[in-house]
Amino acid sequence: MPELETLPEVKAALPPDEPEFQQKEMLLNIGPAHPAMHGIIRIQTKLEGELVVESDVEIGYLHRAFEKSCEESTWNQAIIYTDRLNYVSAPINNIGYCLAVEKLLGIELPPRGQYIRTLLCEIARISDHLTCVGASAMELGGFTVFLYMIKGREYLWELIEEYCGARVTTMTSRVGGMPYDLPEGWLDKCTWVVKEIREILNECDILLTNNRIFVERMENIGVMSAERAIAWGWTGPCLRGSGVAYDVRKDFPYLVYDQLDWEVPIGRRGDNLDRYLVRMEEMEQSCRIIEQCVAKIPGGPVNCDNKKVVLPDKKDTYGNIEGLMNHFKLIMYGHGIRVPEGEVYFPVEGGNGELGYYIVSHPDEHSKDGCNDRAWRVRCRPPCLPMVAGLHEMINNYMIADIVPTFGSVNMIGGELDR
Amino acid sequence: MSKFPEHIAIEKANPTAVLDWHERFGDRTLIVEAKQIVEVVRTLKDAFGYDMLVDLTCVDYLPRRPRFEMVYHFLNVESKARLRVKAQLEESHARVASLMEFYPIADWFEREVWDLFGIKFEGHTNLKRIMLYEEFEGHPLRKDYPKTKRQPLMGPQN
Amino acid sequence: MSELIQSPTMDMTRSLSSNVMTTRFDKLLGWARKYSLFQYPFVTACCGMEFMSTACSHYDLDRFGAAFPRFSPRQADVIWVVGTISHKIAPVLKTIYEQMADPKWVVSFGACASCGGPYDNYATVQGIDTIIPVDVYIAGCPPRPEAVLDGLLKLQELIQNQKHEWK
Ligand code: SF4
Repeated sequence: MPELETLPEVKAALPPDEPEFQQKEMLLNIGPAHPAMHGIIRIQTKLEGELVVESDVEIGYLHRAFEKSCEESTWNQAIIYTDRLNYVSAPINNIGYCLAVEKLLGIELPPRGQYIRTLLCEIARISDHLTCVGASAMELGGFTVFLYMIKGREYLWELIEEYCGARVTTMTSRVGGMPYDLPEGWLDKCTWVVKEIREILNECDILLTNNRIFVERMENIGVMSAERAIAWGWTGPCLRGSGVAYDVRKDFPYLVYDQLDWEVPIGRRGDNLDRYLVRMEEMEQSCRIIEQCVAKIPGGPVNCDNKKVVLPDKKDTYGNIEGLMNHFKLIMYGHGIRVPEGEVYFPVEGGNGELGYYIVSHPDEHSKDGCNDRAWRVRCRPPCLPMVAGLHEMINNYMIADIVPTFGSVNMIGGELDR
Repeated sequence: MSKFPEHIAIEKANPTAVLDWHERFGDRTLIVEAKQIVEVVRTLKDAFGYDMLVDLTCVDYLPRRPRFEMVYHFLNVESKARLRVKAQLEESHARVASLMEFYPIADWFEREVWDLFGIKFEGHTNLKRIMLYEEFEGHPLRKDYPKTKRQPLMGPQN
Repeated sequence: MSELIQSPTMDMTRSLSSNVMTTRFDKLLGWARKYSLFQYPFVTACCGMEFMSTACSHYDLDRFGAAFPRFSPRQADVIWVVGTISHKIAPVLKTIYEQMADPKWVVSFGACASCGGPYDNYATVQGIDTIIPVDVYIAGCPPRPEAVLDGLLKLQELIQNQKHEWK
């Protein structure tokens, strides 16, 4: 950058003893309530002209005490708080949490339950990626793409709504099972939705991938090398965009992912464009997973056969005394699901990367059997915190306008960032 | 059940570092001396390629002693090996060495633990609150902090 | 417009009555204001997803004359407080509210903004009405898009019927 020099006219106008008028750096504060910051986050930047030379990211504006709340609610009650972590793909959070508790209990769902979970996870993943890509395209001026993608997300959410009755905060899962079996005709609708999504992806691909404005603002902007990405603890589409093929679904398979045929896309350069392309391809892969699940889903029960964990059928609760007592035992304060002492870490692949739950069960002073009906500690390993922590490396030494696409490609979700 | 290779290597370098180990639920876990965490992590990173610090957190086991337990999860991205390392801390000496020099991400994770649990990290260059605001007193995830004790910056107390 | 038309005065000529209508200036102002709401979405959390859905083509907030988001509080008429307000962000919300020019309205979107919702803990403000005045509350966690549209209609009704300062 050339040195800024005071013009001779200005110099002449200055009083002789005034120090030379030189202004090189400027501080600019972006956020916390800024339209391009999805959610609330604050970036303080030091600019030289339009170049960002230094930046500092501040988070915590949406801290809602997720971990404390989970400690004070029973195992099943805590699921509502997991909904609100990554609110664009709530089913993944629910299911990840339930899988972790189930690991602690040593139980596993029957195949139909596992297939339903896989289906819901993939639906949620597509909706997450659609929102991310759509929003960042909108910020670059592609409003049409945003409208198309939200239309696609609407179809997916209607599907989820048909299953569980809610659109965003879904509560799709319980410890030891699923709350409902699939409604009639749901699978057919699923196939139709996948077809629609493919069409939308196609359209958006045409609109964006060869669009010169879009590509030039994305390519070679916000570059992150693979080593640095690993050092910063990145996972998910952002890490894969940097060329590391790490996907929890492939490397630590859970549910039925190892029985299905799908691939992990990776990028090469680690720039915004690669992250965008990885997300687009992942949606296609998720469509494939959904199609295979629809074709392969077996019949049978959706809950595991363990009366100490799973609520009895309503028919039994109202119909006979054993069912009623079973229901009461699981619902009553101080009884509930008794989870033995222990600790587990269970990672699943969330929309933004590895979503891990570290759950500790530890008897409190009232416990007589060494078990507890609520968690001692629920720690959520937030997938997007590492990306935001490393954000300054991606925006320093780029133009100020590049913050917008770079930040969009990180897909920060306030709920899981600040918990 | 036999000792993991990591365990053997750490023991060779620092005979007193590892206190205990287990493999419950398939999660390989080492419990190490808190004062030697830096040496342990150096061995893990250099000799075993644990290049990602997946998670760093703390658990408060009030009224047990020692009260706090630091929990680190490591991942080797190449070989997909996972390892959990735990270190116990007394309340009177709630401080542990920072891992910032090995993993940059430890910066934010440690700030979070400082904010919510009040564990001090020695060698951390920027240890300030991350989730809450500077005016906040106390550390809310400690078991003796009441869940609804509010400290608003403005507006009524409750 | 029919609600604005009052019966013409008796001695008006026929041609005049078909070209002129009388109404209170206040009402006219209310009518104009309610259909040109510039909104400032103060989006913090999950409710924002439903706000997005409502604003997009499926539910289309545009139909009600309120589709124009202005991301500068100084140009906005109505601030939607969408999502959880923590104690850390509360001063920011207050500042933004104070920056808005009169006349201004506040919509509290969702359970969290209205009363703290599921978060009764050390970090969350128990309802934004402890900080700024609120005109319309929309219930739900998050409210369905239909509920949002209903809330908007309620706000428009309120604007139509309120007294307007115009001097
Ligand atoms: S009301 Fe519910 S959906 Fe809305 S911000 Fe609060 S928790 Fe999220």
